[in-house]
Amino acid sequence: MELNGKIPPGPLAEKWDKHRFNLKLINPANKRKHEIIVVGTGLAGAAAAASLAELGYGVHSFCFQDSPRRAHSIAAQGGINAAKNYQNDGDSVERLFYDTIKGGDFRAREANVYRLAQISTSIIDQCVAQGVPFAREYGGSLANRSFGGSQVSRTFYARGQTGQQLLLGAYQALSRQIGIGKVKMYPRTEMLDLVLVDGHAKGIVVRDLVTGKISSYAADAVVLATGGYSNAYYLSTNAVGCNVTAIHRAYKKGAYFANPCYTQIHPTCIPVSGDYQSKLTLMSESLRNDGRIWVPLKKGDKRAPADIPESERDYYLERKYPSYGNLAPRDIASRAAKEVCDEGRGVGELGLGVYLDFADAIKRVGAKVIDERYDNLFAMYERITGEDPFRSPMRIYPALHYTMGGLWVDYNLMSNIPGLYVIGEANFSDHGANRLGASALMQGLADGYFILPYTIGDYLAVSGKVKVKADHAEFKKSEEDVSRRTQLFLSIKGKRTADSFHKELGLLLWENCGMARTDEGLKRALAKIPVIRDEFWKNLNVPGEGQEMNKSLERAGRVADFLEFAELLCLDALERKESCGGHFRQEFQTSEGEAKRDDANFCHVAAWEFKGVGKEPVRHQEPLVFENVHLGERNYK
Amino acid sequence: MSNFLKSSVGRKSVMAVTGLLLFGFVIIHMIGNLQLFLGQDALNDYAKHLVEMPLLLWPARVVLLAILVTHIFVSMSLAKENRVARPVRYTQGATIQASYASRTMVMSGIIIFLFIVYHLLHFTFGKIQPQFYDQLDAEGRKDVYGMIVYGFQNIYVSGAYVTAMAVLCFHLSHGLQSLFQSLGLRSNALAPLLKKMAVGLSLFIFIGNTSIPLSILLGFVRMPGVGR
Amino acid sequence: MNLKLRVWRQKDASKAGKIEEYEAKNINPHMSFLEMLDVVNEGLAQNGVEPIAFDSDCREGICGMCSLVINGIPHGPDRGTATCQLHMRKFKDGDTITIEPWRAKAFPVVKDLVTDRSAFDRIIQAGGFVSVNTGCAPEANAIPIGKHLADPAMDAAACIGCGACVAACKNASAMLFVAAKVSHLALLPQGQVEKAARVQKMVAAMDREQFGNCTNQFECEAACPKEISVSFISKMNQEYLKAFKGDIL
Repeated sequence: MELNGKIPPGPLAEKWDKHRFNLKLINPANKRKHEIIVVGTGLAGAAAAASLAELGYGVHSFCFQDSPRRAHSIAAQGGINAAKNYQNDGDSVERLFYDTIKGGDFRAREANVYRLAQISTSIIDQCVAQGVPFAREYGGSLANRSFGGSQVSRTFYARGQTGQQLLLGAYQALSRQIGIGKVKMYPRTEMLDLVLVDGHAKGIVVRDLVTGKISSYAADAVVLATGGYSNAYYLSTNAVGCNVTAIHRAYKKGAYFANPCYTQIHPTCIPVSGDYQSKLTLMSESLRNDGRIWVPLKKGDKRAPADIPESERDYYLERKYPSYGNLAPRDIASRAAKEVCDEGRGVGELGLGVYLDFADAIKRVGAKVIDERYDNLFAMYERITGEDPFRSPMRIYPALHYTMGGLWVDYNLMSNIPGLYVIGEANFSDHGANRLGASALMQGLADGYFILPYTIGDYLAVSGKVKVKADHAEFKKSEEDVSRRTQLFLSIKGKRTADSFHKELGLLLWENCGMARTDEGLKRALAKIPVIRDEFWKNLNVPGEGQEMNKSLERAGRVADFLEFAELLCLDALERKESCGGHFRQEFQTSEGEAKRDDANFCHVAAWEFKGVGKEPVRHQEPLVFENVHLGERNYK
Repeated sequence: MSNFLKSSVGRKSVMAVTGLLLFGFVIIHMIGNLQLFLGQDALNDYAKHLVEMPLLLWPARVVLLAILVTHIFVSMSLAKENRVARPVRYTQGATIQASYASRTMVMSGIIIFLFIVYHLLHFTFGKIQPQFYDQLDAEGRKDVYGMIVYGFQNIYVSGAYVTAMAVLCFHLSHGLQSLFQSLGLRSNALAPLLKKMAVGLSLFIFIGNTSIPLSILLGFVRMPGVGR
Repeated sequence: MNLKLRVWRQKDASKAGKIEEYEAKNINPHMSFLEMLDVVNEGLAQNGVEPIAFDSDCREGICGMCSLVINGIPHGPDRGTATCQLHMRKFKDGDTITIEPWRAKAFPVVKDLVTDRSAFDRIIQAGGFVSVNTGCAPEANAIPIGKHLADPAMDAAACIGCGACVAACKNASAMLFVAAKVSHLALLPQGQVEKAARVQKMVAAMDREQFGNCTNQFECEAACPKEISVSFISKMNQEYLKAFKGDIL
């Protein structure tokens, strides 16, 4: 089946304006009669919930954390892109569009990306008006820095805490609506199922994480803003609570899952130090502005970095990609790091690391300026590793960071299930096969503030009139399913904790579906995942009870979903027989070791339809049509 | 106004203002008392003038009492809430940087209050050492000088006053800097200066006030005509 | 390294809790404090004991979810560090470590070391925002903001809402949290219009939640993982008094 992305016709630059004109409107008095569920309170979710409530809709907002302010968007460090061209360096909507689509290795929709670039400027205006304390120049105007994958300075930032400040802006807007009663907030509440009535998304089933109570909420539409699935790999830069559950349940209810194999591995994370590790910590990509990445020229060179003379160092990014150098896009920088480590030139105890050296920058502008630019990052590195990056270079290594894949959505951000909208990292739409730095915040806020609030009205105007209550039979059925599953976790009483299964799965995925994938490795993983899953359902140990706060039980539910979802991830990677962006197949590379796309056969979105656990899902395609950009080889040399 | 007085921040500012006024009184009171060093005639004359201005003295006393009562009552209401705010204590407590004075403001406040009662009973109502209370000097004035000198020659009485002054100054060493914070006048740039000022003024009060009993006890100040 | 843990266990808000003792064996000094607890919990689960419940999410010191009082000090002995970024190299082999939840009436214990901090959310809901609807913002560079305002605003805005200030305060006061938001918005031109009403509403909300009162002891600042300065409390007091002055004049 071919999927219809509902891309509006007409010239690229006019699509969004014309489309907005064609969207149906709901008059303000009638908006009050509609209820919308928003799951997740990150940048996309909080922005959407606040904006929808401002428009007059009744909003129910859910998050599993103890407060909406904790959503993982808060951890984004580096910045947010916008085509403001404040630096007068030749930036434009056109250029941001082109950089993003090229950065995504030509695997995203032109129309979506163009709209994102158009909206980017309004986001900055909105955030500044909310009081987001972006960095400023001495004259008082907004400051910018440059970021990977672009040759202009268009990234706005608030020290190393841009995500935090943007999220707090959205959280405050959301709080304002909660305070006046337009949004009802449900913290510590986890969505465990999506409920469809007559094929339309009409509500969710949740578990109260404090009391263990399972209950239903009905609405006229459901918005999922539940983030990505990097934690399938166990070790990632995501928060330990991040999970695939919400979108996986929606997938099991019929929503198509698009491009799950597009995962992003971030080049600058603190390397793994031992098997007890619970997460990996990202060091912002912005560090690559001033840091130079190198490894020793010789294999197994165990000298201290300061003892290795210039002539015996290999600044491999600068060597391979002279025009972008240390600012090469994430996938390229990550793979290059893996290559040098595979050659045995990695640094650190485990040999899984490369140096990110600030000595030159400190010499150039002084330690004080560097400290000001990255203050909390340098302190954070020292806290975690016990080493001072002002004295010796940082050690970094790639880690799972972001997932470009997600639930399939059309131009309106609605999935193939009517009434189910998916925004932010949870959808697949704008980053193609690789996301550029500082674009996640841009996309989350664009979806939440400026796209969904318009497009959802188009659905509600027609289909929002059919009202369903939470005592409908479909809800009861879902509640029973969820309760049964919860009871099952508790009743197995085996020997292994959910965490131990999760670690096993994560390692399997990292080795076989990580930075470099092969047909053989993926098949190996696909054979092994059901084995782990079977053992999980036989040998799981969840202490405690269901009718109380039970962190082990929460964890078990999330791991169970990862164990199902991981199969889809590997299957998609196996079926996409090309290399593009974050998806690198060893079999498909240029003579120089770069990703080699197969535009003839794979210039499409792969969207998967669930057919049952352990059964092969069906792969649907949405062709990607490029009318405005030329599909070139991504060249950063 | 009622919202202001109900609010934590409002009541804290009341504490700061009343505290500052009470400190002002402490300074004036001390300057008055230090006239002891000018001799019997000067001090008794000063006391006589005060008593002869009832229109000034009594309103001042009433206002002072009102300020004191406000300071105490507001502090009690704040302290009560503070106890309620933490119903279960830590099994293992710790202090990172709070000064000892700041942590004992309620206790030092209570001691100062008890001292004030004692002090009034002693020198205002004459109940502690009544034998020195109603004496007149050579010119027929009330002999305040004698009352003080004879009173402080008792080591226990002097000891009580010195101890009370130590507690008062301890209280002030926190209060005098804290009030700037409560009134929104403290900044990080000003903080070290405020700290020095608070400690300095507290020491000044301590030395000034304790100089009286100590001088008497050590015999530097004595009744006229009485030799060593 | 081997450690003895004294941990607060409490079934739920309605039941009384008590300290239980556990052994933490073969702890790697490079572990974070929470990873140490993960290891202890894995052992407890294997022995059929319910693991210790504690909150954590980002584990990189920014989400504000982790909240342990370690040997009497919120977030432990390392200044300017959240529990999740505290590493075991700060402890010695053989140490006894006491772990308790935040203690405040406004933060009731949910279970073990987990507390309910929704009081903070309600304070923000009362006024911790700029009332600007999506779409009605002026051009971002229209109002220049000097670094002398932008920098301290960012210093205040760095608050992660963890509640360590309340936990550390001898009176369980929330002044540093409230002051950080009041100051952040009061420093910026965008926050001027609602400045007076904001501080009044937020202080009233704070008092309603039954936090204690500030006695200017500055324990909050010392425990804050973001080292937010108590000078912002002074700033808030000033804003509050100005707002009151505005009311009566």
